Amino acid sequence: MSGEDSQTQKKAVFDAETASSLMKELRENFGSRRSRSYEWRVSQVKALLKAVLNNEEQIVNALRSDLAKPPLETVVYEIGMLKNSCEVILKELKHWMTPEKVKTSIRTFPSSAEIIPEPLGVVLVISAWNYPLLLSLDPVVGAIAAGNAVVLKPSEIAPATSSLLAKLIEKYMDPSFVRVVEGAVDETTALLQQKWDKIFYTVIAGLLGNGRVGRIVMTAAAKHLTPVVLELGGKSPVVVDSNINLKVAARRIISGKWGLNNGQACISPDYVITTKDYAPNLVNALKTELEECYGKNPMESEDLSRIVSSNHFARLSRFLNDDKVSGKIVYGGEKDEKKLRIAPTILLDVPRDSLIMGEEIFGPLLPIITVNKLEESLDLIISGEKPLAAYVFTNDKKFQEQFVKNVSSGGLLVNDTTLHLVVDTLPFGGVGESGMGAYHGKFSFDAFTHKKAVLYRSFAGDSSLRYPPYTDTKQRLMKALIGGSILGIIRALLGSS
Amino acid sequence: MEIGGELRELREYFKTGKTKSVTWRKSQLTAILDLIHENEDAISKVLHQDLGKHPVEAFRDEIGGVEKSASKSLSCVEKWMTPKKNDIPLLFFPAKGEVLSEPLGVVLIFSSWNFPIILALDPLIGAISAGNVVVIKPSEQAPACSSFLANTIPRYLDSNGIKVIEGGADVCEQLLLQKWDKIFFTGSPRVASVVMSAAAKNLTPVTLELGGKCPAILDSLPNPSEFKFAVKRIVGGKWGPCSGQACIGVDYLLVEERFSSSLIELFKKIIRRFYGENPLESNVLSRIVNKHQFERIRNLLEDPLVAASIVHGGLVDEENLFIEPTILLDPPLDSQIMTEEIFGPLLPIITLNNIQESIEFINAKPKPLAIYAFTKDETFKRKILSETSSGSVIFNDTLVQFLCDTLPFGGVGQSGFGRYHGKYSFDTFSHEKAVMHRKLFLEIEPRYPPWSRFKLEFLKLAYRLNYFGLLLHMMGFKLGLKRYN
Repeated sequence: MSGEDSQTQKKAVFDAETASSLMKELRENFGSRRSRSYEWRVSQVKALLKAVLNNEEQIVNALRSDLAKPPLETVVYEIGMLKNSCEVILKELKHWMTPEKVKTSIRTFPSSAEIIPEPLGVVLVISAWNYPLLLSLDPVVGAIAAGNAVVLKPSEIAPATSSLLAKLIEKYMDPSFVRVVEGAVDETTALLQQKWDKIFYTVIAGLLGNGRVGRIVMTAAAKHLTPVVLELGGKSPVVVDSNINLKVAARRIISGKWGLNNGQACISPDYVITTKDYAPNLVNALKTELEECYGKNPMESEDLSRIVSSNHFARLSRFLNDDKVSGKIVYGGEKDEKKLRIAPTILLDVPRDSLIMGEEIFGPLLPIITVNKLEESLDLIISGEKPLAAYVFTNDKKFQEQFVKNVSSGGLLVNDTTLHLVVDTLPFGGVGESGMGAYHGKFSFDAFTHKKAVLYRSFAGDSSLRYPPYTDTKQRLMKALIGGSILGIIRALLGSS
Repeated sequence: MEIGGELRELREYFKTGKTKSVTWRKSQLTAILDLIHENEDAISKVLHQDLGKHPVEAFRDEIGGVEKSASKSLSCVEKWMTPKKNDIPLLFFPAKGEVLSEPLGVVLIFSSWNFPIILALDPLIGAISAGNVVVIKPSEQAPACSSFLANTIPRYLDSNGIKVIEGGADVCEQLLLQKWDKIFFTGSPRVASVVMSAAAKNLTPVTLELGGKCPAILDSLPNPSEFKFAVKRIVGGKWGPCSGQACIGVDYLLVEERFSSSLIELFKKIIRRFYGENPLESNVLSRIVNKHQFERIRNLLEDPLVAASIVHGGLVDEENLFIEPTILLDPPLDSQIMTEEIFGPLLPIITLNNIQESIEFINAKPKPLAIYAFTKDETFKRKILSETSSGSVIFNDTLVQFLCDTLPFGGVGQSGFGRYHGKYSFDTFSHEKAVMHRKLFLEIEPRYPPWSRFKLEFLKLAYRLNYFGLLLHMMGFKLGLKRYN
């Protein structure tokens, strides 16, 4: 990872020893049980909400500095979504914390049972650079809602935001339970050596590849048997059928691709699959709509984020310089290394073994793969790794059903892109290479909770047939009891089964 | 065939989509029921062979459980497969949201030697009901059962989709080199760590069902028949399941000092009633599974201070691998018997001045799979629930949570993560895919750039689902919202 953050040199060294004492301190504080109370959790969520709402301008500036993120994207996606998460928690937390009564059967009669949610303990949240505020605070607020102590390690690749997060959390949150550790590989390694009760890691496409980092984290967690949530990524495909409202579809693809941090989002449409016949229509529609959104000179548009760093710029340039895609650019392709800008770029008919099709793009390049028949798109997608999201634009009910049934992905949208991100009643997470675990809404609370099973029995109703010596009658009765049928029990008692 | 080849076959079969159909899943669950019904005697026989289990124990703990689990899954699987509809905010009208459970793919199940039938078949039932293809790796330490499974499963189940692979550590290693879509492991924390590290290489999600030192807390019970009930249940919970070799078996007992002598007397009486005058000859107690485990358990008694604390039992039969029910009173707290999971028929009783101290005692150790508390004090019950953490808590009984399939069965911390039983089994082997359906008309224009103040205000209102505000905004009125410049 690029060590551009000079602030790390000014601070004291954060090594395994420091990490260990931090852990010890938080464990002791968690042991005081203060974070379990409803009041504490609510106060912390409100504090976080205040921190974000009262410092909107600073947040917008930090994100502009880190990513040239258009202020609207910051306010709507980063701040807006976090605000939403906090408000859902404040509204529902009492309900989520209530034990869930469950039915018991005749086999354990008389008894009653319930499932009690309890915090896991001390958890670690490591976030990513592309939505550095949201991807830090959304899991953190879930951990707090569940009653845990939490350490946040923001991404060093978005240094202004990392620094701001550290400042805000220190100012607004309870330092006995919520802490920020800034830094890069060394600090992360030190943290991963500790024994956490849960690790929540959002990794995005990058120089190491998010799959590789996910593996490193899970291996570290395995030493301590720590459960993990890994939010990774993948190549989220968009399949475009003919016979659709192409203008709307094109705009929705654009909003999901370039409207989300200029393609640097884990659920951005990565590549498109459409038929050879339909491709020209799609390309024209995209061109028209792109111009409407970003003007004739998108390199100058303030509504597009820049590329986050020179390393990522180089990574994306490599895709464009690949021999296999030469001549395939049908729109865009302009680059400015000094300003770290790449224009919205469309490539048509790229070969399946090109570099751009070999890994998650995570940038403003949109390759279009063409097939003879649309059904072939399913095979293409299924033959690859399971992505975080899959999108299909079609009015053909049958194809839609096939798509939903056969494409396995974290989430799936029909006739739109990325919106499921803002629906907090849907679990947000991956499968296979795109990750494990989910969050958003109540799923965030659940991700950081242990659901403890509790069974209440009384001293009445003890039956000797549980205990040896085992007679034939006891055997018959026991079979009937475990079988759970009243008739069976009666028969056994009467000695006739 | 070598393992890689078997896996390729399984993957190809899964790709055909056959295992996703309700028909296939139900046919396999029915096949498991047939397998159980037609082989009850054979199963009792191999369990007796491997572990000396009495047929009643075999039924109660293994056969009956599998039968119940398969029946339940058979009657519920279609319901479980139905997509769950989720509400989508009006803002996105028209839209439909749902969560679809889909199989993960190729699943590996490691079962343990102490309940070798149910710990293989119960997870299998979950994996099948979720539509996966499966490899079962039974424990080689219960060889007759492993053999039974390897020979019988192909006769009843679809061997294109379900395979049994036998073997020892080398086979385990080879299996762990492959790429699985899920690994379900029952066993010890040490091996679990190895399994999870191997799983990490392929980002394979895991469920780890481990164990721990499951404590029993015995509060003051002045009513003598209730006291007797409690002790009977503790005896049943200690030596009943596989002679103490059970992840949810009672490991040690906490009681106030003043009750210890009457307690020990009662224990002796009940043990004599259940297991006869000479437990080593009782056919009701399981034996220790093998020499290695036998020596491990016997070594726990080597420490002279520990040996001195034995108040009942202590006799062993090395040839037949039997250890009689043994009770110890206050062995040293730093001895191995008090720091490691015993997994055998030795019951340490730890005395306290006040039973409330049991909470601190338990919290000083890793989180166990279960806590058993015998008490009528409602305040104490609440305290135990809120101040300790464990996979589960059972009041006034032992082990029965296993029979309650509406309760999730699993650990926390060192006792594992993930859970199963009932619908939780189905969920554990499923991926819950979020699906959202939209239409291509009725557009929200402010979604798209170029950005403007109007669009920003619109989106802010949209986020708060402030529909009235949105309407007004669209009609050109401002609502005194904070200005963004």
